[in-house]
Amino acid sequence: MKRAPVLMAMTCGVIAAAANGAPASAGVLDQVKQRGELICGSNPGLAGFGVPDDKGKWTGFDVDYCRAISAAIFGDPDKVKYVPLTAKDRFTALQTGEIDVLVRNTTWTMTGDTAVGASFTSINFYDQQAFMVRARLGVKSALELNGAEICVQRGTTNELNLADFFRAHKMDYKPVAFGSAAETVRAYDAHRCDVFTSDSSALYAERLRMTNPAENIVLPERISREPFAAAVRKGDGQWFDVVRWVGFGLVAAEEAGITKANVEEKRASDNPELRRMLGVDGKLGSGIGLPNEWLVNIVRAVGNYGEIYERNLGENSRLKIPRGQNNLWNKGGLMYAPPIR
Amino acid sequence: MTTTPSTPANQPPAHGALARPPQQAPGLIQGLRSLVATPLNALLTVLALAIAWFLLRPAIEFLFIDAVWSGHDRAACLAGEAGGETGACWPYIARRLGYFIYGQYPEAQRWRPNAAMALCALNIGWALWPRAPFRGAALFSFVLPFPVIAWILLYGPGFSGLVAVPSNLWGGVLVTLVISIVGIVVSLPLGVLLALGRRSQMPVVCAASTVFIEVMRGVPLLAVLFMANRMLPLFLPPGVLPDPLVRVMVGVSLFAAAGMAEVIRGGLQALPKGQYEAAAALGLGYWQMMFTVILPQALTLVIPGIVNTFISLFKDTTLVTVVGIFDLLTTIDVSSRDPAWATPVTASTGYAFAAIFYFICCYAMSRYSAAMERRLAAAGSRS
Repeated sequence: MKRAPVLMAMTCGVIAAAANGAPASAGVLDQVKQRGELICGSNPGLAGFGVPDDKGKWTGFDVDYCRAISAAIFGDPDKVKYVPLTAKDRFTALQTGEIDVLVRNTTWTMTGDTAVGASFTSINFYDQQAFMVRARLGVKSALELNGAEICVQRGTTNELNLADFFRAHKMDYKPVAFGSAAETVRAYDAHRCDVFTSDSSALYAERLRMTNPAENIVLPERISREPFAAAVRKGDGQWFDVVRWVGFGLVAAEEAGITKANVEEKRASDNPELRRMLGVDGKLGSGIGLPNEWLVNIVRAVGNYGEIYERNLGENSRLKIPRGQNNLWNKGGLMYAPPIR
Repeated sequence: MTTTPSTPANQPPAHGALARPPQQAPGLIQGLRSLVATPLNALLTVLALAIAWFLLRPAIEFLFIDAVWSGHDRAACLAGEAGGETGACWPYIARRLGYFIYGQYPEAQRWRPNAAMALCALNIGWALWPRAPFRGAALFSFVLPFPVIAWILLYGPGFSGLVAVPSNLWGGVLVTLVISIVGIVVSLPLGVLLALGRRSQMPVVCAASTVFIEVMRGVPLLAVLFMANRMLPLFLPPGVLPDPLVRVMVGVSLFAAAGMAEVIRGGLQALPKGQYEAAAALGLGYWQMMFTVILPQALTLVIPGIVNTFISLFKDTTLVTVVGIFDLLTTIDVSSRDPAWATPVTASTGYAFAAIFYFICCYAMSRYSAAMERRLAAAGSRS
């Protein structure tokens, strides 16, 4: 116990030194430009969000976010070095400057902002805990699950949310808990329980590993909120703005109907809003240290938010996760970008 | 154990047969007969066969009979409408073999790891083949020139004219071999020094070696890896942090060296004191005594222990996954989550492949050491 404060002091001293030293005089954006490469903390393997393809190239929703930031800065989406991080390592890597930005399906929480030295920029995916059942049970709502046997991973927030949900609705259930995600899926697939609960993105991903994916459906109830957001190290306002506005830019581009296919055409438009966004009029990009065509470069490289979503998670992918809350605000979802002006 | 010299001619032949040492390997027929010699033996044989059948049949069905042999995505390895599961999904391994071997190493540059691995195989072959000429030179080249050449080939530093391939792109078998070969090459000499240090008369050397060995043996490898990858960055100023792969290699090597030191110390202690005294009486200095008299005998004594340390080091490299290094097992694990291949059998197929790979490597090491022991035992009994 006696040694802990000393160790803390040493650790904090080093972090403080890091924050006050060279990195502060040259902001992260300048460092990235100088290095010629963005270092992006990523997930070592999560279906739809970040997995290596057959050639070993990283693909996925979070990966495309890193590529978008790279395109905004360099006009080239491939100047990214990916550092795969475990859930435990991710904030240390951000604090020590090993990575510039963390795009790793990280839930935005209050402690995330206050205790671990991270600043969350903008939400890129709204995840929620949900239930999966076999279609032939005929269950249509989680409120019909009274008395069900439910497979859940032990020691996760999923287990706690599950207990809360059933207590709040005065229903009974029998938990069947397992140590790992793989075991939990296996048990559900082997009919050891009726229901499988996890975050909805995980439910859709795990469904692919089941014997008969099409037989299983996700019920409409959502019992928790897991907003995934990109995070940067605290204390660099310019870099925070860059990452945040790349996220907003993707959403704004979708709302304005700018796609990978028509971005050149939209640039020639007379619409003042489009002209501002696409850097034809004004100098919005240089205001945050980016080229004026930052959004053109992003959309040309990876498409708008909707295109990224459909390619990695939605109908054009194997996961087929409905847009739901991740739709635009004017289409029944929560995705909303402040005006670019 | 020698045969009795000059058997008298008048002795009955039966006695002569008895005087010979018992046959080491009984004939096949004899061996089979002993399996059913008594009712109890017969029962045990039947039982063992039944257990083997129950265990092996599903494995054979999974790996061969029900296996899928061709296809280009997950659809091939799904059982279809009928339900149930197929066996191993081999096209998944075939499609991803490049990734499993090289990780994200750029495809156009893969001749470089190939060349490094070929050089490594040649060098190992040269050093290990008993009748090869200049085996001492081979050993030396494996410890000094080869690692430098391999590093230039794989990494491609500025002066070499090759495209630099940073270590975060290395993966799969390449990383597994790099970490274990570095660990093996570093841990043996370092282990010898530590073992000698621990038996040294000089108090500082002895204390330093003992503390190092006990600390390294007293913590799990996982803790060493976490220290190297998570704590070290906090203590070092930014910008001087070594490459993550280098940090892991240093950690693994130091850990293996501590284990190796204890194995070698066992060998040193097993030598009779007379050997030391005889060497000293001949006027040999400390290093001469160690390198010409003591170590050759001590190392020979502990070959099984040394090889055992190598084998466990090789298998322990799979732990580097916890610090985000993509060794073979991690590339396999991550691949099973690719939506293009995710099926109920993808993960099992990957693990079966990994098991086969690790078994072949470890079994080869173990067979080589067994052959080595036989050779040295024969050489010893001749002298």
